[in-house]
Formats: sequence, C-alpha cells, structure tokens
Amino acid sequence: MIQSQHNFHNKRHYVDWWLLSLIVLLMCYGLLVLYSAGGWVLVKQQMIRMALGIVAMLFLAQLKPEKLSGIAPWLYIITVMLLIAVLIFGYESKGAQRWLKIGIRFQPSELAKLTIPLVLAWFYRYRVLPPDFKSILISIVMLLVPVVLIYKQPDLGTSIMVGVSGIFVLFLAGLSWKYIVSGIATVATAAPILWHYSLSAYQKRRVMTFLNPENDSLGSSWNIIQSKIAIGSGGLFGKGWQNGSQTQLDFLPEHSTDFILSVLAEEFGLIGVVILLLIYLAIIFRGLYIAFQAKDTFNRLFAGALTLTFFVYVFINAGMISGLLPVVGVPLPLVSYGGTSILTIMASLGMIMSVYNHRKLLKS
Amino acid sequence: MNHGNKQIKNAQIETRIFNNRIFYSVIIVLIAISIIIFRFFYLQVIQHETLLFNSEKNRIKTTSLPPARGFIYDRNGKLLVDNLPTYRLQFIPEKVLDLKTKLDELKPLVKLDDNDIETLLLQVENNPAFKPIIVKPKLTETELSSFIVRKHTFSGFDAIPYLIRHYKYTNILAHIVGYVGRINDADNKRLDKNRYMGTEYTGKRGLEKYHEKSLHGQPGTLIVESNAQGRVLESIEQISPVSGNDITLTIDIDLQKTAYQALGELTGSVIAIDPKNGEILAMVSKPGFDPNDFVNGISQVKYSSLINSIEKPLFNRSIKGGYEPGSTIKPYIALAGLYNNVIGINYKMFSKGYFQLPNKDRKYHDWKEGGHGNINITQSLAQSVNTFYYDLAIKLGIDRIHDFLIHFKFGELSNIEILGEMRGLLPSRKWKKDKKGTIWYPGETVITGIGQGYFVNTPIQLATSLSILANKGLFVQPHLIKKDEIIEKQIFLDIEEQYWSTIHQGMIDVVHSAKGSARTIRNPNYLIAGKSGTSQVYGKKEEDVYNKNIETPKHLRNHALFISFAPANDPKIAVVVVAEHGSSGSGTAAPIAGIVIEKYLSDILKMNQPGKK
Repeated sequence: MIQSQHNFHNKRHYVDWWLLSLIVLLMCYGLLVLYSAGGWVLVKQQMIRMALGIVAMLFLAQLKPEKLSGIAPWLYIITVMLLIAVLIFGYESKGAQRWLKIGIRFQPSELAKLTIPLVLAWFYRYRVLPPDFKSILISIVMLLVPVVLIYKQPDLGTSIMVGVSGIFVLFLAGLSWKYIVSGIATVATAAPILWHYSLSAYQKRRVMTFLNPENDSLGSSWNIIQSKIAIGSGGLFGKGWQNGSQTQLDFLPEHSTDFILSVLAEEFGLIGVVILLLIYLAIIFRGLYIAFQAKDTFNRLFAGALTLTFFVYVFINAGMISGLLPVVGVPLPLVSYGGTSILTIMASLGMIMSVYNHRKLLKS
Repeated sequence: MNHGNKQIKNAQIETRIFNNRIFYSVIIVLIAISIIIFRFFYLQVIQHETLLFNSEKNRIKTTSLPPARGFIYDRNGKLLVDNLPTYRLQFIPEKVLDLKTKLDELKPLVKLDDNDIETLLLQVENNPAFKPIIVKPKLTETELSSFIVRKHTFSGFDAIPYLIRHYKYTNILAHIVGYVGRINDADNKRLDKNRYMGTEYTGKRGLEKYHEKSLHGQPGTLIVESNAQGRVLESIEQISPVSGNDITLTIDIDLQKTAYQALGELTGSVIAIDPKNGEILAMVSKPGFDPNDFVNGISQVKYSSLINSIEKPLFNRSIKGGYEPGSTIKPYIALAGLYNNVIGINYKMFSKGYFQLPNKDRKYHDWKEGGHGNINITQSLAQSVNTFYYDLAIKLGIDRIHDFLIHFKFGELSNIEILGEMRGLLPSRKWKKDKKGTIWYPGETVITGIGQGYFVNTPIQLATSLSILANKGLFVQPHLIKKDEIIEKQIFLDIEEQYWSTIHQGMIDVVHSAKGSARTIRNPNYLIAGKSGTSQVYGKKEEDVYNKNIETPKHLRNHALFISFAPANDPKIAVVVVAEHGSSGSGTAAPIAGIVIEKYLSDILKMNQPGKK
C-alpha cells in the first residue's frame, strides 16, 4: 500500500505516510490535552512549533542518508565546541547553564541528541561488526565527552538521553552481551560513588524525592505526590476533558510540560493512557521496521538508535510522573509543551523517514 | 575509508546481528511498555479510591461557621448578657517580615506597651507559623480606624470582626452567669471537636458553663472548592449556623441589684426565692468581679489581685460558702419536737440562764443573763431562747434530730444549675463514727440544738430548707432558669397543720412581737416570718462567744444570718441572708432581708394594682 502511494506521488517528494499520519494523530491528541492543561494560548504556540517541526521533518526526509553520514563528524565537533561554549558563556536559567544566545536562545544539548547517534553510526559504518574492544573504547570516549559536558551544565535528564542514544548504537551494532552485562554492573557499582562525589544538591534532592516522596509533601516531592494523585484519581475512564481538578485547580505542577501525561491520565483515565501508549508503540515499531528494512549499516544504526531513544523518552517520562523513576526533566515527546524538544524529535523522525525513503536508492 | 580494516566487513553477518538486535529491541520495548501500563493500572485501578479521596481532599475545603451564642435575660425580659460586634488585631507570623519593627510601629496606634510586645514575641516562638496571633482582642473605634488607614503598610496584620460576649451587669451577676473564655487545650479535650471547629469561646464558669450545650448553638459549614493557592473558587454548599438558645433566668435583676447593695460594705450572700415554684429571684455573692475581664484572658496583674484579695471575690459564697446555721435551725428543732411528740403545742419551759447536762459541770448559756423565765414555743423562737433548745435537743436525741432534718435537705446538695456546689453537713452519730472514729457525746447534741458544732450549710441549702418550711412541707426544686415544669414533692404529710402554724407564728413573732429579736424590720403592709442566727467564726475563745464586746476585730466577728419569708400567711418570697462578720443576725442580717422583701413585695403590689399609687 505504501509502495503504491509512494509511486503515485512525485518521485522527488519522499513521505512515509504511516509515520506521518501516526505523528499527526499523536500531535492532535497532545493538543487536546494541552488545551485542557494550558488553554488556547499554549495550543496556538504549540501548533506553530508542530508545523515548523513537520516542515523540518519533511525537509530532512528528502536528504539522502549519505549526506548525513558525510557531515556527521563535523557536526560532532561543532556540537562538542558549542557544549564547551555553553559552560563558559552560557546563559543561566533555573540554576543551570543550558542556553546559548546566538540571535535566538539555543540549547546545544538538544543538538547533541541528534549528533551522537549520527556520529557513532558513522563510526561503525567503517568498522567490522560486532565491534572489537578497541572500537568500543573509542566510541565510549566519543560518547562520554558530550555526556559529561551536558551533565556539568547541569542537565541530568538530557545527559542521560544523550548517553542512552549512544549506547543504543553500540547495542544495535552488536555489542556483545558480555560487555552489556558488565556495563550494567559497572553502572550499578559506580552509582553510589557518583552520588557522593558528583551529583549536585538539586540532583540529589530529586533522587531523594523519588526514593521517598511522602517525606516532605510541600517541598520538592510535592510534584510527584500531586502527579500520582492526579493519575490515580482519574481511574479507568478519567474525570473527563477539562474536568481534572488536580490540573484545573493547579495542584499538579508543570502540567503543560513535563507532567502533561498526568493531565491525560486524570482526564481520560487508564483508557486514554493506553491509547496514547499504543500510538507511541506504533511509531516505535514503524521506526524499528524502517531500521530493519535498511540495508546500510549507517542507516540501520542511526534509524534504530533514534527510534529507541524516542522510546526511552516515553518510558522515562511516564516512569517519572508515575513515581517509578526519579524526576529528571524529560518531556513527553510531541505532547509536552516546549519548542526545542519538538524540533529535535521531529528532526530525528525526519532522519528516520529519510532512511525509509532512500532504502531502494541505496540498494541499487 | 580511512580506517584500515584488517577484516573485510561481512554484510550477511552484520545483517544477522542487526536483525537479532532489532528483535531484542522489540522485546525490551514491549516489556518496558508493559511495566508502564501496569504502573498506571496500579495507580488508576488498584489505588484509585485512595487517590481519588486525596484529590477531593485537595479540592474541597470545609470551614466551620461558628454559631452566635445565646443571650441571657432576666425574669422580666431584661437583657443581661449579649454579644457585641468588635474587632481584634492579629497577625500571621509567617506573613510578617520584620515583626519587631512592625510591632513598634503599631505601638502608638493601638496603645501597646513594651510588656505586650515582649509577650507577643515570646508567643511567636511557640506558635505554628500559619496560626494567627492576637495583638489586641478588642480595638476601640479610634484604634481600629488608625490601623485601617495604615493597613497596607502592615502586611500580615489584619483587623478581624467577631462577636464578643458582653456582660452588662458585672459584679452583681458575675457568680450566677459566670463567663466564657478562649478555648484552651483542656477545653479541647472535653468539647466535641466537630461542633467547636470554628468556635473560639466556651463557658468556663457559672451558667455559661452549666448551659454551654444550649447556649453554644449548632455550627454551620461552608464547603468550598479552592485551588492550590488556597483561593476560594466556588462555594459548593453552605449550611448556616443556628444560634444558641437564649436563656431566661428566674432572677429579677432589679432585686438582685437591691440585694447586692443592701449588703453594703459587708461580704456575704443573699438569696431570695419564690418558695411556691422554686424560682430564685436573687442570688448574690459579694464581692463579685467583672466577667468581661475573663473573655479574652485576664491580665496577670488583675488576676492575682482577685486571687490574693482577702475578700475572695471569685468565691461564690451562695453555693460554696459553708456556715453554721446557728439559731436559724431553731424553728426546725421545735418542729421536730412537735412531730416526735416530745413536746406539745402548749409546752412551756423555764429558762434560768443556763443549761447543764446531768452530772456535768459545764454550763450552756442563754444569750440573756439570768434567763428568759417561763417560755412557750413561740416565745422561744421570738426571743431565741437557747436553753429551750439545749433541753429540747437532749430530749430528742441526735438520731431523731438528724432523721427529721434530713427531710429538709440539710446536708444535701441543692442541685442548682451552677457547678461546684459544696455539700453541707448534717451531723449524725454514724457520720461521727465514720469520719472522726469516735462516739457521739451528749454535749454535742446540746449545741446541735442551736445550730452549732459540726453543722455546715451553704446559703442555697438554707434557702431550700427555708422554702420547705414556708411551704409547710412542700419541696420545690430551686432553680435559676425559667422552666415550665417544676419539680415538687410533698414531704411530711403527717405533720399537723397546727404544728406548722405554731412554728410560723413563732417566726412571725420574731419580727412582729414586742420582744421579737428582729422587730426593727416590721412593716404594716404584710407579715414577715423570720429567724436570726449567728454563725461562729473560729479562732475565738469559748467565753468570748457571749461576750458583747463590740471591739472584737472584724475578721473574728461572727457571721450574721437571717432566714425569712413573707407574706407569712401566703409566702411569695423567702430570703436567706448571710452577712459575714456581721456579728448580729437580727441587727445586721435582718434589715438586709427586710429591704429585699420590701422591694420585691412592693414591686408585685405595683404590678398587680397598676391604678393605685
């Protein structure tokens, strides 16, 4: 079916209608929830961003993956330099330096989310797979540089996401289970040490809140307690659109951004949550299918890693707002209000789409 | 390209590895999504009810609306106690940035002194930061307006309107109505939390405490929806509070005032009661105090001056003061003699000035040297002949005296509607055995005949007994609150009418006969039946009791007692007077009773014959 649609259109315009329609469906669902949480003003701004996002996605979908591969190392170098610049000249907001002012406010760590999978996919493109110890070591170093720089801003959430996106490339490249298991073991042992010497006070507080939210109900744990109340009080069918008292009466914090899934859960209930997760699942499976269909290592690796990263967004966000994971500030992709996150995600989806569009061209 | 590969990339192996990893990815994604769905299932289905309850608790705020306290009126509908709208100045500690400076700025506006400020600063330390602290409970109009115009400079401070309890009559009524005060921790344990959520005051003493339940009223509730900032968005339900019940006393406030003033400089108690229905017309304990001082907490200085005063103004003598009945017991003893057929109506006895028990040296004296001569029952009462009663008491014996007097409620609680009444004491052989561990001596019977020894009564108990005597045996429960149903009980159905009339006549003769001890209060308009008495003040030597030396220091003088009812043939009022250290029952206490009786009966007369003047 897709084949026929594809052929029906002008050969120069490459669109994966499956992915596009799923994304538009998700956006509409998200706007519905955002309207309830933040009103028409936010919806209007979000729609503009989404439109820009769709344009960006469709633009990137036309690019040949070859071209992306060519600029990957340069992009990586630029990203690292920008991250260093942020630490030196960065614009401070809410106790963290994440922004650079170049005409508009710009967050280089968002760029890193795209650059890391690209550069690692480029790296493995020329390596024999499964990777040997040396190439693993090189790629780990390549990964750690931006991760540490972002972590220093400090931005725990993004550094985790960037780290994860790199690890997915390694995983898909065939990193042996031996390394995976020992890697997990290393992280488990290193965590307490990192806790002691490396986490800042606000990061510690977030983790502590996660471990014991009832400890201090008006302080940092307020968010998570109110979020759980919002989710749970929604029940199976929800309180109805615009009827969520936790949201409408401001008990739920940040309900347009990080905690928008709590709003959805309160107003549309478990049914609404499951529908949302099914849409996400469809997008993720489509992305994995595209990666699976790709014949080139570079295409496979970055399409797969970007798709899995997209999934990790959903998992961490849903986990943190429901009290399964610490609150690390990861937005719900394409639903949370916020410009940078939408553009980054749409760009990554555009790249995945380009892999699909160019699968045959590469083959020939 | 620039990486020198030793091995050739094998496309087939790589595809297999990659497909294998995609397969694992799908598995991981499915597991992770299942975890998320199970987590939401846990919160939204299993924990749903708890969390829904929490969400409602967030949304809905219930405030209690305190009811207005009931008013108190006198028997003629005169307002005695009401609630006045007033303002208090308070602040919420967490909303005030620099408390010390702000309080100093307030100092001239609402007249605070350094002491007040120090107390307030101390209070802040032991107070939750969100709970308001009262700077001044009652702002005058000038204070209020000078605060209001500068209110914007005092963030965290506010003048709050509320109803304050107001006692129109202070000293003269304090012991009856008592007062309300701020609810403290002890009150909180006692009071029903749900009904007192918004209430700040509760009855602490007197009728205010006894009738708390009825006076307090039913609180209302205001259920509102409010947001996270606590702003009220919508009132969901309002149940208006129901004001407390008004209370109408049996007290005649004018008579109460008269009785209080009639005591003059003396301390003591005056109780006037309508013997027919038990309504207490006046019940004075002097000195009194100002109940208004207690409403918002009395200052330490004022309180210690009340506590340390030798006149004990906080002590309610009417129900707590214990006095010997003295000679006021004589009508009852005489009646006991008649009832037990120990003496007859025409019985006479010779008073030679003293009485001696057989084979004993001790002499029990008459108050009149040389005695009163030949004396019958009425004369024994009119002239208060002690030897007549020494003799009669011995003839009756303590057991018959006790068994007879107990029907007049001597030594029993009157069950008046004020808490803290003291039980009197009617001595008996059994009591002495139980309490003192010794046998009863005949000498003790002798002085019991004139109301001395172990006898103790409170004025209210004297009034109860007196009512039964005036009613010729009909007991009516004395009370302070007007009610439709009165409790009454006829006792002594078997006392002959002529016994009653003999005793009454003797009491009339106390006032109206030529030799009557209280003849100074006689009045042509109606007959008064009375009996004086003195209650011994201990600390004096035995021989001083009958010493007429007027230079006895005041605090050692005997208490003066007088019991009376009028009109004697149809009693409308019975009056008990206890004038502390008044020395003479007939000289000091009787005139006070006379004033009260005259005031009441002339008022009734005016009411019944409005045309006549």
